Order: sequence, then C-alpha cells, then structure tokens
Amino acid sequence: MGSAMPVAARPGRAPSGKKAAHADVAAGKKLFERHCVLCHGIDGKGGRGPSLNRARLAHAPDDAALKALIADGIPPVMPEGWLFDDNDLANLAAYVRSLGKIPPDPVPGNPGRGADVYAKSGCSGCHILDGAGAGYGPELTGIGERRNTAFLLKAIMKPSATLAEDFMFVKATTASGEAIEGIRANEDTFTIQIKDSGGEYHSLRKDELKDLHKLRGETPMPSFEGILSASDMQDLVAYLASQRGKP
Amino acid sequence: MRILCGILLSAVLSSAAAAQVPFERIANADKEPGNWLTYSRDLLGHRFSPLKEITAENIGNLKVKWAYQFPNDRSEVSPIVVDNVMYVSGPNWAAALDVHTGRQLWHWNRVIPKDYHNIGFLQVSRGPAVLDDKLYVATLDCYLVALDLKSGAERWSTKVGDYHLGHSMTVAPLAIEGKIVVGVSGGEAGIRGFVDAYDAKTGKQAWRFWTIPGPGEPGHETWAGDSWKTGGGPTWVTGAYDPELKLVYWGVGNPSPDWNGDARGGDNLYSCSFLALDGETGKLRWHFQFTPHDTHDWDAAHTPVLFNAKIDGRDRKLIGTANRNAFYYVLDRETGEFIAGQSYAKQTWAKGLDVKGKPIVAPDSVPTENGALIWPNLNGATVWFSPSYSPDTGLFYVAVREIGSVYFKRESQFKPGTFYPGGGENELAPDDAWGEIRALDATTGETKWNFKLQSPPWAGVLSTAGSLVFSGSDEGNFYALDARTGKPVWDFQTGGPIGANPISFTVDGKQRIAISANRVLYVFGF
Repeated sequence: MGSAMPVAARPGRAPSGKKAAHADVAAGKKLFERHCVLCHGIDGKGGRGPSLNRARLAHAPDDAALKALIADGIPPVMPEGWLFDDNDLANLAAYVRSLGKIPPDPVPGNPGRGADVYAKSGCSGCHILDGAGAGYGPELTGIGERRNTAFLLKAIMKPSATLAEDFMFVKATTASGEAIEGIRANEDTFTIQIKDSGGEYHSLRKDELKDLHKLRGETPMPSFEGILSASDMQDLVAYLASQRGKP
Repeated sequence: MRILCGILLSAVLSSAAAAQVPFERIANADKEPGNWLTYSRDLLGHRFSPLKEITAENIGNLKVKWAYQFPNDRSEVSPIVVDNVMYVSGPNWAAALDVHTGRQLWHWNRVIPKDYHNIGFLQVSRGPAVLDDKLYVATLDCYLVALDLKSGAERWSTKVGDYHLGHSMTVAPLAIEGKIVVGVSGGEAGIRGFVDAYDAKTGKQAWRFWTIPGPGEPGHETWAGDSWKTGGGPTWVTGAYDPELKLVYWGVGNPSPDWNGDARGGDNLYSCSFLALDGETGKLRWHFQFTPHDTHDWDAAHTPVLFNAKIDGRDRKLIGTANRNAFYYVLDRETGEFIAGQSYAKQTWAKGLDVKGKPIVAPDSVPTENGALIWPNLNGATVWFSPSYSPDTGLFYVAVREIGSVYFKRESQFKPGTFYPGGGENELAPDDAWGEIRALDATTGETKWNFKLQSPPWAGVLSTAGSLVFSGSDEGNFYALDARTGKPVWDFQTGGPIGANPISFTVDGKQRIAISANRVLYVFGF
C-alpha cells in the first residue's frame, strides 16, 4: 500500500468528478462519526487511536498530507479510507482540522512589552521558547498555534485548571528517605520516571519506594494572578499568542 | 508375500509421516508438557502449563534466550510448539522457527489483496493450528490454508468468506478430530456470522453454523424485520473442545450495528452468546446469551474454559468465562444451565443477574445522542486475550480492564463491506482507567486476589504448575505473579506494548516462556 499513489487513482475510490472547492465541515463530521470514532473517539479526543483535536498532527503536516493519510491509512494500525471519494476526503480533512483549529480571537495586549514581562517573570526558568530557556515545563515555541488567548490567560492565572490530560505532578520518597518531586515523564506498572525542577531524571522502582503520591490537579507552575498587573498579563498573553512557530 | 510386506511397510511409514501430530496427541496434551500443541495448550482452554522448573524462588535468574522480529507491529500471536519447532503467524504469513536459536526454518506468505480492508480491527493473526502433518492458518482475506508442517508448502486453501462483504479472519483455528474449526471477524461491517468446520485432509467444508438464525429457524424471531441479514454475530476468538462430549464451544460477537439497536429490536440471538455445537455435525446443542440486545460491542469474544468441579456436592462438567460485559459466569457445559455468576469488574449497566443468568438491566445504560457514561468501555472488562485456569489452585486468572466510557448513538446506514457502527465512544482519561490481573474462584467468580496494572491490558494470562502467573502490560512489562497470592515476583521491560498470549514449553527438557511484545517475540529461560 504505497502512500505515494495518487489519491484519486486508488482502487475502489470513485472520483467525485468535481473539484472540492468548499469543504463541508458538517458533512465531514457525519463521515467522521460513521468511520473514525471507533479509534479516535466521538469528537476526536482519541481512544485506541490518537487524539486529533490539536493544531499539528504528527502524520499530516498539511491538508494534502491529511487527505492522503485518510485515503491510505497507516498499515496495519489505521485502515485506509478506500471508500471515500475526493469530496469525502476534503470534508473529512476539514472536519479533522476544525477539531484542532484555534479560532482567532482579539489580542488586546502588546507583544513587544509581553516579551519583557516574559523575561522579568522568570518564565524561561522552566520553559523553552525558540530554543532558549530550561526544559522543565512544556515547550512554548509555537504555543500561539495550539492555544487561544483565553486558554493562555487561564494557564497563567490558574495553571492547575489547564493541565494536559496526561500531566501528573508526583512526589516520591525513596527507601533512604530522599524526597523526589517533579513531573512524571513516564510510568509503567513497576517503574516511574520523574523529572525534577533541575531537569534531572529519576528512574525509580515503585516497590522500592516508601511512598508515591500522585498530586492530581497540582502543578509546579505558580499562579501569576495578583503578581502581574492586568496590563502586564495582557501583554504576556499577546506575546505568547504571537508565537506561531517557525515556518 | 514380500510385495505385500513392502506395501504394508510403506503404508505404515506414510501413515506415521502423516500422523506427526495426530488428534490423540492434542487431546492428551498433559502427557507432553514440553510441547504446546493447540491455541490454549489443551483443548479445554486452560492456557495452563504443567511445567514447574521456573518458580518464584528461582525466577530472578530468568534471561532472554533469543528473540525473533516479526515483519508487523502489534503481534497478537500465540505460538504452537511441536517437537523442537515453533510455529508463528501474522497477517497472511506463517513461519517455523528453531526453538534452540529462534532461527527461521521456513516462511510462507499469501499476498493481502489490494482491495482488502480490515473493518473495526487490526491486521493480525492470533496463531496457527496443527493437526497430523499440516499447519493451518486463517488469513485476513478469509481463506483457511493448510501448509506442510515440514516445509511450509501449501497443501490446500479453502475460501471461508468474502472479504468484499467484510468477512475476515484473525482467529487461530482449532483442530478437533479430523476437522479444523474457524470463525470470522466482521461485527463492525454488518456480516451474518458463522462458525465453520473443514475436513483437515481435504479442506472441504464439513459444516457451517450460522450465528444468526434464518427464517423458520428458532431464534429468528429475536430480530426485527430484515435486521438479521446484517446482524453481525462474528466468531473471531478461538473456542474450546470437549473430546468426551464431542462438543465445540465457541463465542459469538456483537450484533450490528454496534451502538444503535433501534432497527434490530429483540434479543438478537445468537449474538453475545456461547454456543455448544456438535463437533461432527455442527448442530446446536445449547446456547447461552450473556448480553441480550447488546448496544455496547460486548462480544462474547472469549476462549471458553472447560473444567470439572463439585457444585453442591455433585461432580459437574462446567464452563467458565469472564465476559466482556464485566460478569463472570459458570455454566453446565452439557446443558448450558446457568450455575453461578457475578460481576468481576466495575460495571454500571446491570443491577445483577437473575436466577437464569440473565442481566437485570439498569436504567440509562445504553448509548444516547448526547452520550451516556457507562462501565465497562466498548473493549469490555476483558476481551479476546486469554484467561487461564489452574487445576492446581482452582483459580480463574483474568486480565481485567477497569475503564468506563461515554457511549454515543448515531445513525448508521448499511453498505456491504463498509463500517457499520451506529455510534462510538469517548474513553475516560488514562489516569481514570487502570488494569488488574484478578484471580477468581472458578466455581463462583469470587475474587481471591488482585494485582493492579498501570493501564487496561491487552495481554492474556498463562498459569503454570510452578505456581506462577505470567502476563504483559501495554507499557511493555512482561511479568510473573505468585499464582496463590498475586504477589509480583519478576518483571522485564520488553520495550513494546504487549497484546498477545504467553505460552510455555521446553527445549532439551528446560522450561521456556514465550511472549510477543509489539513486533518482537521473546523466549525466556535459564
């Protein structure tokens, strides 16, 4: 199943005969609910397959790639979409894109001043942005593509309300009494890997720990509510929203 | 006279050659614990090894002896081992491996047609079967193929179903006396399911049992209108066989469309049921339906476990199963009579079972337009991967998925050979779900111990006479537990998600344990 095969030439696919100039998101949603939900969840939040409600899809950097991927599948884990014609593919791709699209919203602050706020607030002590900073917290390069301003504002004011689904802040105590606190990098039934605030990784066997606490809903990121002024906050959000990644 | 002797000698030799693995060897698997001759090692579905060299005391010394790399991700194979040769299979291929080194002895493959589509499942093979001088492989494009055990050359192939209509085979065939029994996938494509048996020597169909009764047959009235024609009822997990009763036990999958039952009013027999079929004729002896009119995709896709035990002071021939719907059942395997049952995992869809074993369905437990939160999720509290029964402990070991889901109902239109779901689900977040290996009293379903796993598992369970239970995790851990207490005694990180069943065998008299992890087969030993 070569992925280089032109979409319209794939066996079993009926060319629509017309150019899909305006993709129909609602039609794509119907197709998605019929064919994709078993693995990707009813609204694309993922399940057996990955979540699709994100701006960047690992296997589909652009719409052409997304349509080709839906058509060709990812053998053996994702079946090919052999029954879709070109319009179906365009509609499906449009719907999938809509799941991760950040609607444009007004950004009242000043990004230039926001860069100063970012610097003086010590954000780079935990985050990498355009290659600079420390890698304890999530990378912020291109964050403006992934998150809207309302989310960014909330993440700065109430960080614990915006944690990713798989984020976990943990506290472990070793048999010798050493306390290790940090972000869970990975975990299986027998072991856990923790990244501490200095960026050091600790790989621990669970049965050798005195205790292991999963601090659900907690985060090492402090709230800046009441610390930054309202205008600083707006400027910082504008700065982050302007981070659209590198072309 | 000399000529006659020559003819006789040649007949004996050819018969010996043809009878490399006669059915008697499989039926008496306990006499040769160093081999693994059928999917579950024995026909009773126990996945129990009488080998006891590896124990909790010495397992710390277990090492990888060899590994074999598959051409495909996410292998679900349960290998067969016969006289120092291991047979494995994958999507439309099979191979023979030297058990000493893992080196390949032969390889066979059949091209997957360009217009083949897997609908609702992955492209996998759960294993081959052996009988006499042949290896049997079920293919994705729905052929049963018999290969020469020694060379991998094809002896015959028979079309079982039409992949253009959504029929496919991922199942490991089951060899019984002179016949090979197979089932089909296609529950998400609106097929009409069946269980088939084929003459092992010729490939000619011996019998077919339709899992959805046609007009005039008992049970047909459990389908509204024409819904029986597209009602599903796939048969995609290997069954069990009682050589004394000569009954084949086989599980039937979900009705189609999965999550929208509006057009298929009624109990939808024999979906979500166990069947007891006469091995010689395929005639139905009894059935037991676990989930009438299912709308959650809760196939009875389980290998039945056949065991004998005293119930109320009387020796009974029993069948035990932990169903995808989160209830454990004990039935009389001669009659199908319900004997005991209780939930073994979190479930919110039924208040319990009545005296006949029928669920007392709870309100608000079906998919809706806006979504309904229900436990377990569509993959069930357990699914195709095998449980294990140890005659030593009397315990039924099952890998449990503790996960709920928001179920949605959607419209669905049937188009042959395409996805026909009628809805879907949104699983709960990873940290709201987990897995367990659970040991149940086989006669009651009462939980004896639990071992918690990081996430809902996809791997089956092997128990051994060394008082160990082996299984795998989705994070790549292959591990052993004490069979009596559930205490972990050993674990190994394989580096890939484990979605297969473990087996055990011997090489030069030394015990080995094998498991597939993603695209690598590991063999462990001292």
